[in-house]
Amino acid sequence: MTLETSKKGRTDYTISFKHEESTLFIELAGNFCLKNLTPFTNEIERKTSAARLREVVLDFSHVKYLDSAAALTFIQLRQQLAGNDVSCKLVNISDDTKGIFSVIRDEALDHPLVASEESPSGFIHQIGQSSLTISRDFVNFVTFIGEILTAFAYTLRHPTSLRGRDVLFYVQRAGVDGLPIVGLIGLLIGLIMAFMSYLQLRQFGANIYVPSLVSFAIVKELGPLMTAILVAGRSGSAFAAEIGTMKVNEEVDALQTMGFDPVRFLAVPKVLATIIVVPILTIYADLFGIIGGMIIGVTSLDLTVNTYITQSIKTITVFDIVTSLIKAAVFAGLISAIGCQRGFMVRAGAQDVGKFTTSAVVAAIFLIVVADSIFAVMLYYVKRYGTFI
Amino acid sequence: MRQQNKKPVIEVKNLSARFGSNIVFEDVSFDVYQGEVLVIVGESGCGKSTLLKIMIGLQKPYAGRVFYEGRDIISASETLLKEYRQNIGVLFQSGALFSSMTLKENIALPLQTYTDLAQDKITQIVKMKLGMVNLEGYDDHYPAELSGGMRKRAGIARAMALDPHVLFLDELSAGLDPVTAVGLDDLIIKTNEALGTTMVIVTHELESIYKIAHRVLMLDKQAGGIIAQGTPAQLKGHMDDPRVKSFFLRQLPPAPAHQRFYDHK
Repeated sequence: MTLETSKKGRTDYTISFKHEESTLFIELAGNFCLKNLTPFTNEIERKTSAARLREVVLDFSHVKYLDSAAALTFIQLRQQLAGNDVSCKLVNISDDTKGIFSVIRDEALDHPLVASEESPSGFIHQIGQSSLTISRDFVNFVTFIGEILTAFAYTLRHPTSLRGRDVLFYVQRAGVDGLPIVGLIGLLIGLIMAFMSYLQLRQFGANIYVPSLVSFAIVKELGPLMTAILVAGRSGSAFAAEIGTMKVNEEVDALQTMGFDPVRFLAVPKVLATIIVVPILTIYADLFGIIGGMIIGVTSLDLTVNTYITQSIKTITVFDIVTSLIKAAVFAGLISAIGCQRGFMVRAGAQDVGKFTTSAVVAAIFLIVVADSIFAVMLYYVKRYGTFI
Repeated sequence: MRQQNKKPVIEVKNLSARFGSNIVFEDVSFDVYQGEVLVIVGESGCGKSTLLKIMIGLQKPYAGRVFYEGRDIISASETLLKEYRQNIGVLFQSGALFSSMTLKENIALPLQTYTDLAQDKITQIVKMKLGMVNLEGYDDHYPAELSGGMRKRAGIARAMALDPHVLFLDELSAGLDPVTAVGLDDLIIKTNEALGTTMVIVTHELESIYKIAHRVLMLDKQAGGIIAQGTPAQLKGHMDDPRVKSFFLRQLPPAPAHQRFYDHK
């Protein structure tokens, strides 16, 4: 019985089958490679599994090209047949083809896996691992804050060691470049606030309180908070990615071997620049927020610009503005410190950079909210009793 | 000569490359023959990597053509280029293994994309390829867990995943210790002889060149092109050119270092 299959191009092959008693002769001709692996394997397997056989002879004399995957298939076919007590011979293998069989090492195919460092583990193990990671994270962050403070103290004592140009560069990156988006978001939040409070307050005919509400909320809470979240997204992530990539490229190691303190060299300018610009950005956001509220006030509430401004100013005290700026500066310190710290945590690889950049933003936003709650409680007592202790 | 009865797989014709107004090389022509190991050498900045990138189809030249089996790949459509890329394998300088994937996944990726094989068949092929580069058992390791030499070998295994006709290897033994480098050379020879894979290699190691190269192509920055080509022995005999001389004699200092050091003491 003869069966022929042909395909065009580089993948054309012909397989002829011939039965002689319980021996199956398979004559291979043409090209056998990855591209036609599935069809020819199926064809041969169908034949070898169908009839009762004692011997299979594969004749390679007309094979033009054989790649390693095809060679592997024939070797595995031989093993599989041997398992069924069928002897299998590969005959007339040309010198060119012989080499391919020589690179396939049986012991490599079922070699036990070498234990990987990051081997998957059980549930309990994972819980333990996570607890360790969390506590280590906390210790790392506290240590890093300590390192930054030490570095700042050193910089105060040796002002010339500060990389002034770097500070200016990050002032521009985190501050000046961020002005448009901070302004725009501030304006929109002011608009929304004014509009929403107008919808509620008009029920009581209390439209005159819209300016107070907007300016109070913006200056005391929303301005600093929003600015901080924007800076965390824009600059915190950038710091983490920048330092992380430097870590991957061994630039941080290079700094260390050249006698520089990486924290002083890389983190101090970033932290300082952020602490300088975030309060300024906050003032900017406050201003635009109030302008946003004023747009609604003047267009829909029949308030004059003058009334609106007077009402706004009446509500806010110097104390509010100063504390809101202090708050902004604290947020700035947290954002930039966590950004730098996460950057330094990168060990190797592009994936690590992504992971710690994300973590920098998430952790920064979390810390901002925590710090804001602490401020809210603290400021209440300070205002009421003159002290919070 | 052996190459005359061999047919060219890749023909590079009058290739020029520029970065802006800076000429990298000009009017470079050569052929790569079926089954040969061609080594490209030259000082830093002479355009070896640029030449390789053009031949892989990653970069367009300023002028000139590159033919693969008679088909121009410079003006080729994206479809043709894709087909071409399935016929070549590339080992990048740093290995360029995907760090988010295990070795198994790295090697399986082209197989899953370009073939219709079942998963267990792919696993078997991956194991075979890892065995070829002596990394059996490292299936589930991430590239970051491997040493530099192992990463290079894994890179070769990935480049060989589809049994390419031509293998391009950039800076084969750069940054590796001599023992590992020799191991890589053996791997290259074995692969070339067993599978008949054509290889285009950029390397600086003289020992490695003598060991693996069928033919050497020397580029020069000042000349802006090829200044010498032939077997390593021919090039060594071609010592009247000072540039060739300085390359092939550079590892023979006037006196061994230890002598210089101890004699002064």
